[in-house]
Amino acid sequence: MSQTTIKPAAIRKVLTVRATPERAFAIFTAGFDSWWPKTHYIGSSPLKTAVIEPGVGGRWYGLHEDGAENLWGDVLVWDPPARLLLAWRITGEWAYDPNLLTEVEVRFTAIGESETRVDFEHRGLERLGDGDAAERTRLSMDGGWSSILESFQAAAGA
Amino acid sequence: MANAKIFAALADPTRRQVLERLARGPSAVGELAQSLPVSRPAVSQHLKVLKHAGLVTDRPDGARRVYQIDPHGLGQIRAWLDQFWDTALDAFKAAVERHADDTEPPANEDRP
Repeated sequence: MSQTTIKPAAIRKVLTVRATPERAFAIFTAGFDSWWPKTHYIGSSPLKTAVIEPGVGGRWYGLHEDGAENLWGDVLVWDPPARLLLAWRITGEWAYDPNLLTEVEVRFTAIGESETRVDFEHRGLERLGDGDAAERTRLSMDGGWSSILESFQAAAGA
Repeated sequence: MANAKIFAALADPTRRQVLERLARGPSAVGELAQSLPVSRPAVSQHLKVLKHAGLVTDRPDGARRVYQIDPHGLGQIRAWLDQFWDTALDAFKAAVERHADDTEPPANEDRP
């Protein structure tokens, strides 16, 4: 029984903000630290600063109170003010894995003169279900598809 | 997680076939019945069991009903990320509103 064909749906969010796309893009990126919840980080030391470096290849990371840097991913597409595509390389165990690729896409579309529609998508979540690091995640996830099917196969003696 | 229910649901080979079809994409009962060697009422019955086990979800699409693999299949992590992004994007929106009357783009003074 194939496991790779099972795909969880992408996470999609749509919001409207009171700003031009230029400003919304700038706040999302250059102003990243001004809005990113400080409660959301990986590693053991509290998060001090959250950063998205500008341009393709820019690093997306957290700078911590103990001085450590923890990478989260990197910039794949930098197309201000219309589109930002980030690689989110954090596993289900909240560890950075350079071989894991899930994509976070943010599109900014002007509505009239002073509002922007923000289309957010986090996709490729099925990749959280394969690869080395994800193997352990899979085993640890109660509701994971793969673990269900693997358990079934084991139970069925397949 | 009701594993016993899931095992029971998957114990039937036709039900596993139905599940594998749905893993390729959402599908209506009629479409599934056409591609499987079982009757439409039988497919409906299998889908009912799979739904009860939490393995598939359904939604109306006009007069028919479309079935799909439970989009929460990766379970906890997807649910966590979904909520996580809600929180993060709410905070983003609030930051934009705070900056709404600024004339300059946001500065990088917070950056190291």
